[in-house]
Amino acid sequence: MEKFIKHTGSALPLRRSNVDTDQIIPAVYLKRITKSGFEDGLFAAWRNDPAFELNQPQYKSATVLVAGPDFGTGSSREHAVWALQNYGFKVVLSSRFADIFRGNSQKAGLLTVILPQEEIEKIWKAVEIKPDTQISVDLEAKTVTYDATTLAFAIDDYTRWRLMEGLDDIGLTFTKIDGVTKFEEKRAAFKPKTLPIR
Amino acid sequence: MGKTLAEKIWSEHIVSSAAGEPDLLYIDLHLIHEVTSPQAFDGLRLANRRVRRADLTIATEDHNVPTLNIDKPIADPVSKLQVDTLRKNCAEFGVRIHSLGDVDQGIVHVVGPQLGITQPGMTIVCGDSHTSTHGAFGALAFGIGTSEVEHVLATQTLPLLRPKTMAINVDGTLKAGVTSKDIILAVIAKIGTGGGQGYILEYRGSAIRALSMEARMTICNMSIEAGARAGLIAPDQTTFDYVKGKPHAPVGADWDAALAYWQTLTTDSDAKFDKEINLNADELAPFVTWGTNPGQGLPLSASIPNPADFTNTEDRGAAERALEYMDLKPGTPLKSIKVDTVFLGSCTNGRIEDLRSAAEVLKGKKIAASLRLLVVPGSARVRLQAESEGLDKVFLDAGAEWRSAGCSMCLGMNPDQLKPGERAASTSNRNFEGRQGKGGRTHLVSPLVAAATALKGTLASPADL
Repeated sequence: MEKFIKHTGSALPLRRSNVDTDQIIPAVYLKRITKSGFEDGLFAAWRNDPAFELNQPQYKSATVLVAGPDFGTGSSREHAVWALQNYGFKVVLSSRFADIFRGNSQKAGLLTVILPQEEIEKIWKAVEIKPDTQISVDLEAKTVTYDATTLAFAIDDYTRWRLMEGLDDIGLTFTKIDGVTKFEEKRAAFKPKTLPIR
Repeated sequence: MGKTLAEKIWSEHIVSSAAGEPDLLYIDLHLIHEVTSPQAFDGLRLANRRVRRADLTIATEDHNVPTLNIDKPIADPVSKLQVDTLRKNCAEFGVRIHSLGDVDQGIVHVVGPQLGITQPGMTIVCGDSHTSTHGAFGALAFGIGTSEVEHVLATQTLPLLRPKTMAINVDGTLKAGVTSKDIILAVIAKIGTGGGQGYILEYRGSAIRALSMEARMTICNMSIEAGARAGLIAPDQTTFDYVKGKPHAPVGADWDAALAYWQTLTTDSDAKFDKEINLNADELAPFVTWGTNPGQGLPLSASIPNPADFTNTEDRGAAERALEYMDLKPGTPLKSIKVDTVFLGSCTNGRIEDLRSAAEVLKGKKIAASLRLLVVPGSARVRLQAESEGLDKVFLDAGAEWRSAGCSMCLGMNPDQLKPGERAASTSNRNFEGRQGKGGRTHLVSPLVAAATALKGTLASPADL
């Protein structure tokens, strides 16, 4: 996973709430067996509409998605995170993220930042007035900066450290694998097994 | 202070914990399907890792599979590649798989319970958000992404931050014609699609206790639609009776030991939930969604709301967009809405009791001439059971299509899709834009409402017939 320390880029304002993962990438695009190429499916249904923000030239190079509340609800498909990353997004700002989407983002290295809804509204306005507004997201300082505004955000220290180091969880868990073996030795005998088939 | 059920199961699965870090949780069962696993197996290969516990892992083909002509090769080459990839991965890594045509094939969340590998007190994960279904057994079950699938394959554990707990108390008695689907749609309408974010829900109260296992699964299934990764119900005699005798249920001394443990799986009387929600079952009616998220639901007797009446600006905007997408006008009675397709199936309502209750309504009658009714059993065994009871004949005589098992039109990854502008009453779980096919419009309903709607051609409950 790529390290995330700080990112600066222009933003895409997405003034919609409850953007579920079926909107981020519809199911028919989930048939690929790789982690790349999902940008084609990103917001596929909405991209037919020329007025959709992603189709507007002033937002073409956006790397920070500024989304409405309850972003990423619904299906657990990590493909939603890959589609955003494949398209070029590095950060998503929202006042509320769905739990599974946020977890997936943190595993895949897409930074999700929670800001109060009133601050999201202000960023939407700033970006709509001046689409090339640069937004800086500093994970080390835990701040989002644009124009003269700097906002602090919260993130748990463990996830922050892991993202900043670009560490994948599996490697970290293998450092504790003896504990897993010990745990398995104590597991109750009545717990079901899928093999052998009964 | 006592512990809630979720806290008990959580603590019993902690492999290691440290201040400022997520707990490392042991996973008792890992369910796999073709869509969210290929990249995870690729990850294992790249790192030269194996599946740590193939004996706690099981795969089935459900999302992509056709529900017609299942004896022939899958026609869509991309779907076929994904299914073939699952078969290859399972063979390479020694994972048990139930493929299309196998008697134990079906939707992953229907297969687990019917094999008896879903049991109380377990931690269960799957790369599918409706894994919460298994919470009906008093298990801690939740959906995960593909990175986490790889993590579980490699280590049989997951690092997780402990969620808060929320009690959903449903007391009273459901009226005839009101089902567990209506309970959960009412819960989601009440707390919203984000209401459960960061929580594990525990459904409690006399109305929950009175439900069958299958009805409980319907409720837990849709916990994710309220934003909660997991929802559970404390196991009781109904649960034990359901598990007993299933192929992978414990037997002999193991059964006695298991039962003794399962009986401890209740929320202590002095435990405190972080939040409590109360619902009166006496007041519930058949529910139906009118919008494009599962929280946009109302009793069937109501009319389409006016977005202007929403005080919250986000809700107002969402309602405006939803009505535009759904092509509906404020003030329209829900019962006047004409439906083109009725879908009976999915991990929410594709089990045998769901098919029985719909068949009861349809028996000896014909569906509306302009409408198609798609009946898709949740698993191959559900299909066989239904056929042994003659339900297939009831459906076919009524004018329905009787299909093979899979996720089918719930998410339209296979050829079962709505056409643009087509309107469906669906027993599935998501009414998102385009969920059942690009441009398709979905109203979520119970199997009873689905059957009555199929007969009437407009949204209806059996009482309206």
